Amino acid sequence: MEYFLQQAINGLTLGAVYGLIAIGYTMVYGIIGMINFAHGEVYMIGSFIAVILLALLGAWGFPPSLAILLIVLLAAIPFTSAFGWAIERVAYRPLRGSFRLAPLISAIGMSIFLQNLVQFLQGARNKPVPTALPGGFTLMEAASGFTVQVRWLQIVVVAMTVILMVGLTLLIQRTSFGRAQRACEQDMKMAMLLGIDVNATIARTFVLGAALAGIAGVMVAYYYNVVHFYDGFLAGLKAFTAAVLGGIGSVPGAMLGGLLIGLIEALWSAYFSIEYKDVAVFSVLVLVLIFRPTGILGRPEIEKV
Amino acid sequence: MLEVRGLQARYGAIEALRGIDLDVKAGEIVTLIGANGAGKSTLLMTLCGQPRASGGSVRFEGREITRLPTFEIMRLGIAQSPEGRRVFPRMTVLENLKLGAIVADPAHYAADLDRVLTLFPRLAERRDQRGGTLSGGEQQMLAIGRALMSRPRLLLLDEPSLGLAPLLVKQIFATVREINENEGVTVFLVEQNAFHALRLAHRGYVMVNGRITLSGPGSELLANPEVRSAYLEGA
Repeated sequence: MEYFLQQAINGLTLGAVYGLIAIGYTMVYGIIGMINFAHGEVYMIGSFIAVILLALLGAWGFPPSLAILLIVLLAAIPFTSAFGWAIERVAYRPLRGSFRLAPLISAIGMSIFLQNLVQFLQGARNKPVPTALPGGFTLMEAASGFTVQVRWLQIVVVAMTVILMVGLTLLIQRTSFGRAQRACEQDMKMAMLLGIDVNATIARTFVLGAALAGIAGVMVAYYYNVVHFYDGFLAGLKAFTAAVLGGIGSVPGAMLGGLLIGLIEALWSAYFSIEYKDVAVFSVLVLVLIFRPTGILGRPEIEKV
Repeated sequence: MLEVRGLQARYGAIEALRGIDLDVKAGEIVTLIGANGAGKSTLLMTLCGQPRASGGSVRFEGREITRLPTFEIMRLGIAQSPEGRRVFPRMTVLENLKLGAIVADPAHYAADLDRVLTLFPRLAERRDQRGGTLSGGEQQMLAIGRALMSRPRLLLLDEPSLGLAPLLVKQIFATVREINENEGVTVFLVEQNAFHALRLAHRGYVMVNGRITLSGPGSELLANPEVRSAYLEGA
């Protein structure tokens, strides 16, 4: 029981991160009906920005702390947002209106380019990240001596995710940007006819997704204490799986899918085999696509009457 | 207010508009009648840049708008209630109306909302219901109301009577007249329901196969034997 609880806590943390990345996939899919295959790289770039900023702050004499962690988080947002904006501008917008496969291919090209860019600038080896927020507390101790530990960082990750989710929900439901974005999702031509700048709305959607993925990247860099230029690929695919599981196009679905994928990965590693955790996750993708392609909270595509 | 000269548009190889000339003056209600597939809706959409004109020009209040992107055209004071109503199905009535006001001065919002809900009390009853769950008539009211929320000087209406019960058609046409007379909104109305449209409009145009074949005051067109036989049989 204690062991299960410990794994659930770890899985939840991981799932929160997948959820944050998955939101970017699902929002972009919602608005342009395409998967942004360069999205995982934005997350990876977020991790690297954390490393660079931490090194800079360390050199200036600031030891890692919660305050520093939050500063790095905030500082990373404009960088990853800029990457999100550039991806849309370079890989998607020029191809709008061309055949459906074209932007997909250019996004994959963008993804490879960004990986290589980071490899070129930062090197191909694993980069260590100093521990930002060491320690935690013991949640409970079993008679056998097994203790359930919660790291402070796990609390930060989950709390940050909750705050971002609430903020994002308010943004989508209550603001005029959110309404414009939903209008573009439901009927892009009508949105134009109301005077909505559709290009700007799409760009903002990419930026918003990239900001969230960047935050996820920073938190993961702290959490795992190591980053690598290829990290975005696997994390991106898993977050994509989470988005599909939750129902692509649905923001709450992406979060739910993320949490489930995190839990599946952690529990599979704990009880079956850690080597095959990725297989477990992608089997979920296959099963969902076969048996429930709309996902848990997805809306079936109904033809307009 | 609106000057259209030699306007052409095509869908692929199909020429939908073959050189349209027409004018709408400030304060008028002008109607465009014609059979299904004549190109009426295409004309309304081409005025808004969807699709973009392949030839000719559109001027609005003296300004050339033919090449402007759609959203910029709509920000000049033109609003359209399009073919098929295109109400946002998964948004509430209130959200749909708010979207209509997205380019308007927020200071007017409360007054404009009030005005639309007074014109269409039905929408007030349904304000928190999703657009997709409304009846056809209610959606039509919502589409017109949404267009009015931007305080347009020129209102483009595409077949507001389509699929509606006769009583509702009367009501909607009465509302159009009200908007025009009391608020000075210029109206360009596309209709298949030629009888009602010509009675309502100051002037009318008849469209056949992407061309304007007849034009004149509404009452004159109503009396025209060609129009009578082609569009008013049984009316």
